[in-house]
Amino acid sequence: MKILIVDDYSTMRRIIKNVLHEIGYDNTDEADDGKTALPMLQGGGYDFLITDWNMPGMQGIDLLKAVRANEKTAKLPVLLVTAEAKREQIVLAAEAGVNGYIVKPFTPETLKEKIGKIFERLGATQG
Amino acid sequence: MPMKMTNVSPVAEDPRLVLAKELIEKLADGDEARCGQILDELTKLRESQLFQELGRLTRELHEALNAFRLDSRLTNLASVDIPDAKERLNYVISMTEQAATRTLNAVEESRPICGELAKRSGSLHEEWQKFMRREMQAPEFRDLCKRLVEFLSWIGSSVPRVDANLSDVLMAQGFQDLSGQIIRRVITLVEDVELNLVNLIKLTGQKIAPAEAPIAEPGKLDGPQIPGKNNTGAVSGQDEVDSLLSSLGF
Repeated sequence: MKILIVDDYSTMRRIIKNVLHEIGYDNTDEADDGKTALPMLQGGGYDFLITDWNMPGMQGIDLLKAVRANEKTAKLPVLLVTAEAKREQIVLAAEAGVNGYIVKPFTPETLKEKIGKIFERLGATQG
Repeated sequence: MPMKMTNVSPVAEDPRLVLAKELIEKLADGDEARCGQILDELTKLRESQLFQELGRLTRELHEALNAFRLDSRLTNLASVDIPDAKERLNYVISMTEQAATRTLNAVEESRPICGELAKRSGSLHEEWQKFMRREMQAPEFRDLCKRLVEFLSWIGSSVPRVDANLSDVLMAQGFQDLSGQIIRRVITLVEDVELNLVNLIKLTGQKIAPAEAPIAEPGKLDGPQIPGKNNTGAVSGQDEVDSLLSSLGF
């Protein structure tokens, strides 16, 4: 299970990486914005995407839309981890096809729980 | 603008009144020479008052210009203090980033040690219990002793590493004090700019209109929510995100 972590702050990427390690996901890659992430995702091999919203270059919401628009990545589960807490933004992300939404600051438990739920639901729809 | 003489009392002492009365008398008498003198004196009086008034206006203008020059503080703020504040704030960003990196390094180096500690001590504990239950043969016991010694020596070298890392985490927290001091100075600067701008507006005689509520730009991101700030339309935490998403069918 290969996960791509996208955030412009290396600190946040490391925090997420550490929590993922804790719950048994060690195969992770990092990108610092949507522009860098997109070609990596299109290159294939990723099973999960965790992305921030507010980033220079390409924002998380646009990355999400680009992922959904591309046949190769359309089904990739995407979790937004962001400081943006406006209801309209959460609705926007939901409409764009996000699989989970976490507001910063978050606890490791929240991250574990949301990742678990996303896979549970995916398992239910696929199985 | 009222002339000063209207304020002079009693009216009887007004030199113009005395002269005017005399002028009427002399006119009646037909004393043309004196009449001319009186008119000259009256004109002089009027001129000197005009000069006084002009002098006062000049002084006021001078003071206003001086006050405006004091406001060169604003120019200074814009050309020196604000770029300086930007530098300081950038330093806060790099300082907090360094502190976070230092802390993360220490944590990432310590956690595997803790993991190994849990694993090795757990396994030794199991074997020790086996020994206590007298379920252990002599060769197995010798092996346990050997592993026990190895474990103790490993602890001896690993605990100081964890301790050094914890001390590093402790020291990294020093950023809070330093960044707090820098940010406080920038707040003082912002207050200074505010005060100077208000003074400038006052000097130009404009009234400060009450601030209008900022208009939300569509698509503009708000960033982290600040407690006590206008949080209209924002969720207050993960629970609200979850209930909003579940209301959307998630």
